[in-house]
Amino acid sequence: MIQIKDLHKSYHMGSNSLHVLKGINFNVNEGELVSIMGSSGSGKSTLLNILGMLDEADSGQYILDNVPIKNLNEKIAAKYRNEFLGFIFQSFNLINYKSALDNVSMPLYYKGVKRKERTDRAMHYLEKVGLAEWSHHLPSELSGGQKQRVAIARALASDPKVLLADEPTGALDTKTSYEVMELIQGINDEGKTILIVTHEDDIAHMTKRIVNLRDGVIIDDSTVEQVRASAHV
Amino acid sequence: MFDLERWQEIFETLRKNKLRTFLTGLSVASGIFILVILLGFSKGLENGVKSQFERDASNLITVWTGVTTKGYKGLNPGRYVQMKNENFDFISQKYKSNIEHETAIFSIWGAEITYKNENVNYQVRGVMPDHQFIENADMETGRFVNETDVEETRKVAVIGKKLRQDLFKDEDPINKEIKIYGISFKVVGVFIDPGGEREEQQAYIPLSTSQKVFGAGDNIRNILVTVKMSDNFEDAVTLSNNMSTAIETELKQIHTVAPDDTSAVRVFNTLEEAKKIYSLIDTIQFVFWVIGVLTIIAGVVGVGNIMLIIVKERTKEIGIRKALGALPLSIIGMILQEAIFVTMFAGLFGLIFGLGLLEIVGPQVQHDFIKYPQVDFNIALSAVFVLVFAGAVAGFFPAYRAAKIKPIVALRDE
Repeated sequence: MIQIKDLHKSYHMGSNSLHVLKGINFNVNEGELVSIMGSSGSGKSTLLNILGMLDEADSGQYILDNVPIKNLNEKIAAKYRNEFLGFIFQSFNLINYKSALDNVSMPLYYKGVKRKERTDRAMHYLEKVGLAEWSHHLPSELSGGQKQRVAIARALASDPKVLLADEPTGALDTKTSYEVMELIQGINDEGKTILIVTHEDDIAHMTKRIVNLRDGVIIDDSTVEQVRASAHV
Repeated sequence: MFDLERWQEIFETLRKNKLRTFLTGLSVASGIFILVILLGFSKGLENGVKSQFERDASNLITVWTGVTTKGYKGLNPGRYVQMKNENFDFISQKYKSNIEHETAIFSIWGAEITYKNENVNYQVRGVMPDHQFIENADMETGRFVNETDVEETRKVAVIGKKLRQDLFKDEDPINKEIKIYGISFKVVGVFIDPGGEREEQQAYIPLSTSQKVFGAGDNIRNILVTVKMSDNFEDAVTLSNNMSTAIETELKQIHTVAPDDTSAVRVFNTLEEAKKIYSLIDTIQFVFWVIGVLTIIAGVVGVGNIMLIIVKERTKEIGIRKALGALPLSIIGMILQEAIFVTMFAGLFGLIFGLGLLEIVGPQVQHDFIKYPQVDFNIALSAVFVLVFAGAVAGFFPAYRAAKIKPIVALRDE
């Protein structure tokens, strides 16, 4: 599903140059649940941003679902993001004046889906994350865990190839974190490819594979015995 | 632009951000409203001042005479200077090419006018046909005094609207006989005069008739002429001034009056006054326009400011939308369409509200110098479009910049 070859990325700040990614090589197959770990400054967020086409690499190859991702202009990047990717953020990033339902149907709006169908599909994903009853509530009326569930429903709404989650449990307490992980595991069980950036060990061990980054290179990449989150809830 | 889905999205955003929508709208609506009211009252002021002047022709030269106050060439002061027909003929001949309308007048003050049992005391003036144009009088029915009336010394009268009401009530006055000091005159017309009731209570009869009937020989009391207007107002004023001075000098010579005697022969020229008033109107209008333009500029700056804040406030939302697959163009389109819709709607609201207020309050305004405040609809509409356009331009640049920001940067914006 994802092939990455010799990926480099530097940031230039004035005369200083910061080499963040120093040749990353890794592949993700369809249906995998991968966590990317590393201390801050290891380059894990940069890697995720490049995977999410929110940022572009200086050199190297990135192939997503057999489509080489390069020379992106804004228009194509927007199209690919909408088609291939679903984002889950640490701070949820819901639009605060829109109801849960409208937030979930937003990617479908940009996909050009008609209103009626949009609402139906958004409702379906809200049911999936167990928030059907909260569909007309604003994000401010929801708890942190509920907000993240809405965000997950939104990420799923356009039926993307890959879900990218940046510290999805970073703003949640342990119990809520496990509930969210249970949901993510469930989605992965249905065959969705998911990448999670995290620095929490317990969260990482709820995935099937852990990629460890340090100073811009992968120092460890191993499959692990998945811990089911449901056991902790 | 005509994408229904997009409009739904915009209406939803506006509805869910009522305060923001309201404040944007308010600044635009109040700007247009103030402009409409300002322009309306400037027009009202112009109308009012002009109507003060339309009582009589504005290019009028009036000549009248009085008693000498200085001895001159052996003649004693205290002598009444009496103008004659020949004085009028002389002026009429000499300034033929510069005169538009002319009349000599012999008038009787407080003449007794009767019809059947009705009896009033109003002024009767012997005039020439041109007098109608000098007074700016319009005929309600019938006709004014004509050349034949003057030549044949006919006993006909043209009466004012007020005089008709007093004498005839609801009766049709045409071809009825009224009596002036017991002498019968046939009514041939009724006039209305912008000068109002004071003018409309008079009766006009042919000059020759009044001189004959009232035993005046060839005496006249006034000479009224209007100066031909040239395209250039300044030239007309100069001509009018020169003519006034020349007529005064000539009449003084003819009647042996000291050149510095200011009471025996007097010439008054309204164009000089009109010039002052018109330049005052011009100044007032200029001031109103300046205020109006400044109001619009303030409105434009206000709209621009609000747009900047809106884009700033929505940076994160824009980042989210982009992460979800929004094209940069659709982001710019969304912000602009919203801005244009709100400014247009609010602008038209302010326009309609302002016009409505003028429409309702305008006719109630009872003031000599403010009449029928009104506004040129096209000018007001253009002002709305200027504001809408300015709002769009002011919104475009921040929207363009926001749409260019990488979603990851926009998302980090807290």
